[in-house]
Amino acid sequence: MSTKIKSVSGTGIPLLLDDIDTDRIIPARYLRCVTFEGLGEFAFEDDRQQDPNHPFDKAEYKGSSVLIAGRNFGCGSSREHAPQSLMRWGIKAIVAESFAEIFFGNCSSLGIVAVRATREDLQTLGAAIESNPTTQLKVDLESLTVTAGDISVSVEMADSARDALVTGEWDYLGQLLSAADQVTAHAATIPYLNGFTK
Amino acid sequence: MSDRRNLFNKVWDLHTVRTLPNQQTQLFIGLHLIHEVTSPQAYEILRDRGLKVAYRERTIATVDHIVPTADQSRPFKDLLAEQMMSAIEKNCDEFGVTLLDLKDGRQGIVHVVGPEQGLTQPGMTIVCGDSHTSTHGAFGSIAIGIGTSNVAQVLATQTMFLDRPKVRRIVVNGDLAPGVYAKDVILHIIQKLGVQGGVGYAYEYAGSTFDAMSMEERMTVCNMSIEGGARCGYINPDEKTVEYLCGRPYSPQGDEFEAATEWWLSLASGDDAEFDDEVVFNASDIEPTVTWGITPAQSVGISQPLPILSECPVGERVLLGEALEFMGLAEGQPVMGTRIDVAFIGSCTNGRISDLREAARIAAGHKVAPNVKAIVVPGSQLVREQAMAEGLHKIFEAAGFEWRGAGCSMCLAMNPDKLQGREVCASSSNRNFKGRQGSPTGRTLLMSPAMVAAAAIEGKVVDIREFGCVTA
Repeated sequence: MSTKIKSVSGTGIPLLLDDIDTDRIIPARYLRCVTFEGLGEFAFEDDRQQDPNHPFDKAEYKGSSVLIAGRNFGCGSSREHAPQSLMRWGIKAIVAESFAEIFFGNCSSLGIVAVRATREDLQTLGAAIESNPTTQLKVDLESLTVTAGDISVSVEMADSARDALVTGEWDYLGQLLSAADQVTAHAATIPYLNGFTK
Repeated sequence: MSDRRNLFNKVWDLHTVRTLPNQQTQLFIGLHLIHEVTSPQAYEILRDRGLKVAYRERTIATVDHIVPTADQSRPFKDLLAEQMMSAIEKNCDEFGVTLLDLKDGRQGIVHVVGPEQGLTQPGMTIVCGDSHTSTHGAFGSIAIGIGTSNVAQVLATQTMFLDRPKVRRIVVNGDLAPGVYAKDVILHIIQKLGVQGGVGYAYEYAGSTFDAMSMEERMTVCNMSIEGGARCGYINPDEKTVEYLCGRPYSPQGDEFEAATEWWLSLASGDDAEFDDEVVFNASDIEPTVTWGITPAQSVGISQPLPILSECPVGERVLLGEALEFMGLAEGQPVMGTRIDVAFIGSCTNGRISDLREAARIAAGHKVAPNVKAIVVPGSQLVREQAMAEGLHKIFEAAGFEWRGAGCSMCLAMNPDKLQGREVCASSSNRNFKGRQGSPTGRTLLMSPAMVAAAAIEGKVVDIREFGCVTA
């Protein structure tokens, strides 16, 4: 059993762009490593170098835990280094219009909350954060809402991922291991593991 | 009663160990491919928890991403790359996993090696800590890319949890025109359905266009499924699949091959198979296709102009504008004639022998433009060996291309092969993301290997159909 994650609270950081790929989140040169430690400071490194106003460099967003993003966030490479770098930067929850699947799966494995909201609601949340970066956000997995001051919007998340976080059963390895006997029995029914005689 | 399940659902059901109350499936994984970038932290998790690799014989490793393609002497000049290489050697040795390393003769890009060795077979579930694992779907397998936590899970249990996706059949019928390749077909599909169009779906590619393709062409198509948002894409196994697998080192042999063939062919989606969605294209609508932007969907047919923002949906304009600005291109301009600095032929998309043969055919008797650096990186040591046996390397070298060792190379530039500054690269790879080819401001134009070869020679993007060596 892992920690039960029923909600995430903190300030927000808006990055309402579409099709942000994992190469942009963490450029490939930072994958030359054998541990995920230290990746936090390189989140969006190349975008930050080219954009003096990048949110990840702005003092008012330092220490934020809720990232507001656009459509198809985390597309491209499967590198878990991407959510690892965001997590180590301080992000605990991402609210986006949609997520690429591998990225979403990686977030689930790491206990990062990744929920979907409509474009309109994301713009509302982004505007609220921009006008007052100290606004406290709460991403609530039980009510499936995100609140920011007076604003409250509905969000969505796959039931399986939500249940795992809320019940603290996102240590998937432990659960998979618990079915070892079933796995062995099942392997005996798969044709290519048994000389194609099954 | 006939089985109306499509191939995907047959294979999924076969590998379902159990279904959790939240509907997630614990799926048995038939083949786990490993490489040096996404595995060290996974092995560390096993070490921390005192776990072993559960099915070592279903697990195989090679090295590809960080491998230098010019000077491969050890230790590598890049000490971080050397550290990763040492880590996979130590981990595979300690955990008893077969490693096809640089000395092996079978090393290469994991998605080239799997099929080449006959490891990739119809009806399997295949995972790898790499998004282009979708390549293996060309054989009628469920093949998906996973993250490092998943790699640890599969190493330790040979299973992982997944939500069952929906299945969309993408039908393309008709003959491809001369100069139009598998790469153009998949770029066209992604252009039409978008980079997020496949999220939540597995893609079945069906129709006479795919039937007519070789296995290597099918791999090119399935490889880029992920660029259209689909974690998995596949093609039903047929006689070509069987023929390709016959006699490969890890293929079943003798009587077992016959039994395997019967089973493999039985998995194909029947004529009355059910799908959650279907999209139909005509091969005759597809022309040589080139990306101009920063996502693989931002492409045009070679004869078409770049989009004009005011004519695009309002919601798309920010991204299109960002792409035009990054690429230094103007709306409405033709992509044809765009000057290039670098040409890259290789990658898990287009680094196989048929790709090199076609590029060499274009390059033969020509010279790379004086301002262009052109490199050819075979997908594996065996592809390299075959190409050299056919003399392709001599054709490339005579034309001014550099002939390199096998690896991922400039597809993602984790090795010394990188763009510099704002260089523009005509590339046979799969991603044109900002900074993808190693320079944060470097620019990528994706296209078929033949188009890359022609661009290298002309120093600019040209229409392969007007290059004079297209065979009807």
